[in-house]
Amino acid sequence: MKAKTVDATTTPIETTSTRQAELLKRSWLKFSESKVSIIGLVIVSVFLLLALGGKYLVPYPEHIGSYVDFANAGLPPSSKHFFGTDLMGRDVFSRIVGSFRNTLMMGVVVLSIAAPVGFMVGVTAGYNKGTFIDTALMRVTDMFLAVPPLVLALAIASVLEPNLTNSMLAVTAMWWPWYARLSYGVTSSLRSENYIIYAELVGAKLPHIIFKEILPNCLSAVLTKMTLDMGYVIIIAATISYAGLGEQAPRPALGSMIASGVKYMPAQWWLTVFPSITIMLIVLGFNLLGDGISSMLGAEEI
Amino acid sequence: MAEKILEIKGLKKYFPLPNGQVVKAVDGVDLELYAGETLGLVGESGSGKSTIAYVLVGMYEATDGDIIFKGDNIAKTGLHRTLKQRGDIQIVFQDPGSSLNPRRTIEQSIMVPLEIHTSLSKQEAKKQVRKLLEEVGLPSEVAEGYPRTLGGGERQLVSVARALATNPSFMILDEPTSALDVSVQAKVINKLIDLQKEFRLSYLFITHDLSLMRNVADRVAILYLGRLCELASTADFFQKPLHPYTQMLLSSVPVATTEEEKMKPVKVLSTGEIPSPVNVPPGCAFHLRCRHKKPICLREQPTRREIFPGHYVWCHLFEQKESPGSGK
Repeated sequence: MKAKTVDATTTPIETTSTRQAELLKRSWLKFSESKVSIIGLVIVSVFLLLALGGKYLVPYPEHIGSYVDFANAGLPPSSKHFFGTDLMGRDVFSRIVGSFRNTLMMGVVVLSIAAPVGFMVGVTAGYNKGTFIDTALMRVTDMFLAVPPLVLALAIASVLEPNLTNSMLAVTAMWWPWYARLSYGVTSSLRSENYIIYAELVGAKLPHIIFKEILPNCLSAVLTKMTLDMGYVIIIAATISYAGLGEQAPRPALGSMIASGVKYMPAQWWLTVFPSITIMLIVLGFNLLGDGISSMLGAEEI
Repeated sequence: MAEKILEIKGLKKYFPLPNGQVVKAVDGVDLELYAGETLGLVGESGSGKSTIAYVLVGMYEATDGDIIFKGDNIAKTGLHRTLKQRGDIQIVFQDPGSSLNPRRTIEQSIMVPLEIHTSLSKQEAKKQVRKLLEEVGLPSEVAEGYPRTLGGGERQLVSVARALATNPSFMILDEPTSALDVSVQAKVINKLIDLQKEFRLSYLFITHDLSLMRNVADRVAILYLGRLCELASTADFFQKPLHPYTQMLLSSVPVATTEEEKMKPVKVLSTGEIPSPVNVPPGCAFHLRCRHKKPICLREQPTRREIFPGHYVWCHLFEQKESPGSGK
């Protein structure tokens, strides 16, 4: 690193609050540098809003559950039913929005378990690099990574009773190894940094070293990956429910809606096309947001 | 002389390689350090000077030998030292970019040793952080900033402040200024000299910069391939260098004028490169590059000889007290 010849006495003096405001402003500038990350932010915000308040915003909230109205079955998109109705006469738009809550919950639950578990495994292995602990933990991780993730998730989900909880379990089981790999990589490169060595020499306890010294350095990588992964988890969740192993009828799920509509292609195309586009948009939104976040956090590392 | 705080006897540190070879990073070093003095440890890269620092500070366990620090042998403790010993021996690392956590504020970094080694409350500790920063000549406001807002010299001073937090008596300075601009170097060095007087610290100052030693060190030790060549007071070292390696090093120090060039005690051209510590030559480690080598140098390792009071040399040429460079 190049040493700057700044005299100590001329260091600009800032207060904590102005520095935080400055940091926030700089972060936003970095984030909004690429306009598509703003699009991502908008898509994700709309998704979150609909997921949390969807029941009160959709035109036919009762259609989200078990509701039958054969008089209005199989109607094409119109001003009354934006995305048409399905073969039970339920409003497709309401059902898509109604599925968001579980889609969001899936992503949040999976990632909030997979990321900390993977982090702990990766940090433990990386911190003990070269020892038996490292070998044991990382070989187990490799075993999980060696199995195609979707196959593993489908296998777990099919052995267990098919429902939302078990599909979350299945996806979590295949997701933590990626966080283990990521944290392992960061930790094993930090292992030789002098500030980690100093903490050991001065007598700092292990929790201090892991949570105070290593974690802050992993955080930007982990957070970026979590945002990007949100989209992938949603795809995997949709695939599982497409296979009929996720959320069960009559509750709506994007995957199972596509699966049940696909038989009626192309005549009743709206049953398949709108849920598919929705998945695509959500995944796109999280990816664009993830890119924005990564350029924002990356800029801070100088 | 002052009280002896550190005595290193026959220190060895070997690193086995996967292919069965052994890196003899430190191979039988004897040194002692007195309270309040600065001992300069000079050597080329690969000579084992940083390994000695890491063994002293507890990062490595010694393969063999003793390190007596204030009456306790700490050669084989590694990290299993008492809190008192950890606090008493502190280190400042070479690379200012890696010695502070980039994701933690200066205050948080200096709080670490304070939380472990003192019983100060959080508020008192925060005050102490600012006091320590002022002690090393930095404005107390830098406490709230991150390392990236500071220059290399300032970061090194923060490392010094952090080291002072445990109230040490012995500080290892592992090339503290070699990564800094020359203009900043002087500032850091002067601060270190002031602090030494104020806190009565003993320094082990590791460097490859001989001209720096002239200003800083009380005594200088020369290390070559994990073994000592010469140990003398700074004045003797620069005026009457005895070991052929020392003479070679001193004549390779660049100087500004021809007058200064003429004032060099001996002129020897530098030849050869330092061999790998995996493959240390038998006998005297330096014989491959030595102009004065005798048959015995290929067979036997030289032992320590006191040529003048306090001036030690490890060389077969000094069985009779004469300098190989005398008369030239």
